[in-house]
Amino acid sequence: MDVLVEADRLRKTFGPIVAVDDISLKVAKGEVLGFLGPNGAGKSTTMKMLVGFLEPDSGSARICGKSVAEQPKQAKVRIGYLPEGAPAYGDMTVGSFLKFIAEIRGFNGGDLRDRIAASVARTGLHDVIDQRIETLSKGFKRRVGLAQAILHEPAVLIMDEPTDGLDPNQKHHVRSLIADMAKDKAIIVSTHILEEVEAVCTRAVVIDRGRIVADGTAEELQRRMPYHNAVCLELDAAKADAAVAALSALPMVARVERIASTNAHAKLRAFSKGNVPIATEVATVLSQQALPVAEMHVERGRLDEVFRQITTHEASSQNA
Amino acid sequence: MRNVWIITKRELAAYFGTQLAYVFAVIFVALTGAFAFFVGNFFERGQADLVSFFQYHPWLYLLLVPAVAMRLWAEERKSGTIELLMTLPISTSEAIIGKFLAAWLFVGFALLLTFPMWLTVNYLGSPDNGVIATSYIGSFLMAGAFLAIGSCISALTKNQVIAFIVSSTLCFLLVMSGTEMVLNFFRGWAPQVLIDAISSMSFLTHFDQILRGVLPMASIFFYLSLIAFFLFANAIVIEQRKAA
Repeated sequence: MDVLVEADRLRKTFGPIVAVDDISLKVAKGEVLGFLGPNGAGKSTTMKMLVGFLEPDSGSARICGKSVAEQPKQAKVRIGYLPEGAPAYGDMTVGSFLKFIAEIRGFNGGDLRDRIAASVARTGLHDVIDQRIETLSKGFKRRVGLAQAILHEPAVLIMDEPTDGLDPNQKHHVRSLIADMAKDKAIIVSTHILEEVEAVCTRAVVIDRGRIVADGTAEELQRRMPYHNAVCLELDAAKADAAVAALSALPMVARVERIASTNAHAKLRAFSKGNVPIATEVATVLSQQALPVAEMHVERGRLDEVFRQITTHEASSQNA
Repeated sequence: MRNVWIITKRELAAYFGTQLAYVFAVIFVALTGAFAFFVGNFFERGQADLVSFFQYHPWLYLLLVPAVAMRLWAEERKSGTIELLMTLPISTSEAIIGKFLAAWLFVGFALLLTFPMWLTVNYLGSPDNGVIATSYIGSFLMAGAFLAIGSCISALTKNQVIAFIVSSTLCFLLVMSGTEMVLNFFRGWAPQVLIDAISSMSFLTHFDQILRGVLPMASIFFYLSLIAFFLFANAIVIEQRKAA
């Protein structure tokens, strides 16, 4: 496994506020790391230290083995960075801005034109190439930021809230762009939109108050929820009691609870012991007992609930 | 060097991409001319030289040069582009020098646009063009020193108005430091060495010498070292902000 991004015990304080407290992480080639956390958790500060815009108080960051503090140029050559809000020189046209970035990145002549053309094609900017950046819509500005970040095909791509404030189509576009580039890069994406983690990330790190509180795949995070793999069913209210009895008898079912009942239908949720999949067993027992089910689905544990559980739990334990 | 020039090009494009360049050039040429004719009595003096034109440059620069320098870093900070710029593979000094050079070239360009003054005086009489050339060089150097101060102050804030006022004031103190008013303030108590040091920091003293047609090494060195000092301070400010 090629580790391209390495953060070792990064810590950063602003006066009395500890923004980032002892964060270590590794991102390998082919990984898309979702960086999650509530606002003010330290996501942006961590990213700024990874790209060398801020110096950590202690700890170090390495990009492709190059120390960000000691070999800043070698490290920065390998990074594509989209800062929060995608800042760009508003008085420049998209074309001249990308040309400036390409020149600074060391491209010349035909190579320079090819790079810009490739980047423009990937981000769909051809129609606005001669427009001044300040006249562009938010979505296009974000794409300009993306175009400059991927222009030099960096090994490491770090994006601070790349889809924030975009409409659903634009979000989809950015996500598919990330998915396209994922296999030969290490990508870090910060976000507070959880669907994004499921959509593009191979791994998620949740940080809260400057500390890592969870690290794993979306699936692993979901497993933390008590009703991961629980089965929800809706059936005739008259048959509800029979169903509860039948399901409770199954060895892998921990317990069954009634969530709601309207006059005609009852909703049940069967919790799985040890969060193992139980859907097949539930379906079998229901059909054996001839209990018709109107609806049935498996609870995955919603990521935003996991997120809320992890981060608010931390907050309340600190307040206590 | 390549990176410095790329930054310079971008900054120059930024000056000329907005109305700033045209407003500045027009006002600069109009004011230097107006001062020369109406305040400096260019005609009444009856002399074929440009002293009445050059002697107001320090005072005009107090107003105009900080206006060119104030955006250099404050605007980057305000719009967030500093985060973009400083994460590109360039060094802090390349960024600082590139930006400074652009501002300096731009002021130099405005200075060149005053060439009708030179044509006029050559049409009316036969001035010593050597003196005029040295004066132009001196004026350009002085503008560079003002700009370096402005660039350094601009890096301290994201507010361009603050950058303008503070650098204007600082430049004013440096211009005035050779005058009796300032020196008298120190005479009562400060040692002679300090007073000499203060008066030798004066833009006016150095500029007056240059206007007389000599370009002393000391004055060239004075302006260049001032530029170097403030650009160095500028780098420290930028680095400091990274750690803070």
